[in-house]
Amino acid sequence: MFDINIIRKDFPILSKTINGKPLIYFDNGATTQKPKAVIDALVKYYSEQNANIHRGVHTLSREATILFEEARKNVAKFIGASEEELIFTAGTTDGINIVASGLNLPGGSEIIVTEMEHHSNILPWQLWCERNNGKLKFIPLNKDGTLQVEKLNELITPNTKVLAITHVSNTLGIINPVKELVKTAKEKGLIVLIDGAQSVPHMKVNVQELGADFFVFSGHKVYAPTGVGVLWMNKNWISKLQLVKAGGGTIKTVSFEKTEYADGTLRFEPGTPNIEGVIGLAAAIHYVNAIGIESISNHEHTLLEHATKQLNEIKEVEIYGNTKNKAGVISFNVKGAHPFDVGTLLDKYGIAVRTGHHCTQPLMSCLHIPGTVRASFAMYNTLEEVDQFIEALKKSIKMLS
Amino acid sequence: MTIKEIEQEIIDEFEIFGEDWEGKYGHLIDLGRSLPKIKEEYKTENRIIKGCQSKVWLHSEVKDGKIVYTADSDAIITKGMVALMIRVLSGQKADDIVSAELDFINKIGLKEHLSPTRANGLVSMIKQMKLDALALSRSTNYEPPTKN
Repeated sequence: MFDINIIRKDFPILSKTINGKPLIYFDNGATTQKPKAVIDALVKYYSEQNANIHRGVHTLSREATILFEEARKNVAKFIGASEEELIFTAGTTDGINIVASGLNLPGGSEIIVTEMEHHSNILPWQLWCERNNGKLKFIPLNKDGTLQVEKLNELITPNTKVLAITHVSNTLGIINPVKELVKTAKEKGLIVLIDGAQSVPHMKVNVQELGADFFVFSGHKVYAPTGVGVLWMNKNWISKLQLVKAGGGTIKTVSFEKTEYADGTLRFEPGTPNIEGVIGLAAAIHYVNAIGIESISNHEHTLLEHATKQLNEIKEVEIYGNTKNKAGVISFNVKGAHPFDVGTLLDKYGIAVRTGHHCTQPLMSCLHIPGTVRASFAMYNTLEEVDQFIEALKKSIKMLS
Repeated sequence: MTIKEIEQEIIDEFEIFGEDWEGKYGHLIDLGRSLPKIKEEYKTENRIIKGCQSKVWLHSEVKDGKIVYTADSDAIITKGMVALMIRVLSGQKADDIVSAELDFINKIGLKEHLSPTRANGLVSMIKQMKLDALALSRSTNYEPPTKN
């Protein structure tokens, strides 16, 4: 049962005041706040369960290992995957780097991304291209910010090896037709990576149905701690993807001459992993499951519609990516005002939004704007908060005009 | 007037707003609007101060042995802050500019703009103004004024 009042009580930070006003946190696209269940899981881990994993024979280590591997199962289940295909990373960026560096593509390969990608899904590929004489190509956008899906086919040449696309635009909130794109790419034999950083928190995701080779997301955007993320890969890749990091815990045997690496996911997790982060992520997923991702999705959609409708009524406001199929993100500008000015004044009213280019500078140059103001919603935001945001925005516009 | 005297003048000016941040920001916005703009030809890439979410162009030159600044920004609140900095530092001696502590920013309740996360570049702006003053005062044709 989705009860917003109960949910809000689960997030301690929401009772904070900013500049003397109750905090309205609309910067969830950057990171979400954490429920008490997650905070408690971390405290419990260090108070009662802390030990290094996969190593010790002692009871604590055994128990911590069970917790860690249980977490893997539950997180995998959450995205419709099996635990044998799920690797814990430091986050989305880390996951993309592991894939981009480990694919062992032939020199001169072409990689296709989109114009709306976060820098995290451009730079690792760009770096690979620079070092290997490769070429990075971009699927262009329509005027409304949606992808020109049909252009993918034209961009593919015999040298094209990879399609790396975001599931949901972090700046515009647009949900991309990834299934369709994956289908086209797969017909041409491409390797496909989906950046799920902005989709996993907002909608039901099933990686098997999406049909990509790789799917990555971050814990901290889905109510978990920072510094933990997930790299899912189709099981064919588990033995094929080249290691970019090696170290303790990834091996069967090591001698001075040669190392035999462990099978399965462990070979991608060298060193002591972020155990507390993984346990926190499992607690976050458990919490989301208890509320229900569909209910969260519906609630955020209601907020989005309410905000969009009211923003559309303000004549100075221009919304970017004003399309139907969106996750709980809304990006806009006030005509004649810099996003920095709007964000600064909203902050004075206690409203946290993000301003700037949102790590999507290529997208900003496509739209010919320096940046936007972005409000992004989470399960704990309310319609009343949206109304207060609109009121504060109107006052800000008055001050700036 | 010395830097300290101008700082005090600004502190007095902002005092009337008390805790009324809307009044304070309204005033800052007005100051931004009144800023004499930088010459268009000076709005070049190399005059942009790095580290600002909004763009700030700064031009520094020597006039009668003193450092004179003109600047502009594409954000009005930033422009207000630029206007304040110019009012305090422009027309002063290079040595005084370099050693200025500028604690008026704290006192008028705008210290949040000094935080590194704001990325509005007030810190970068101050640093650039001081660097320019230093560089100009070291150039061969600079002669410090004999009397203030």
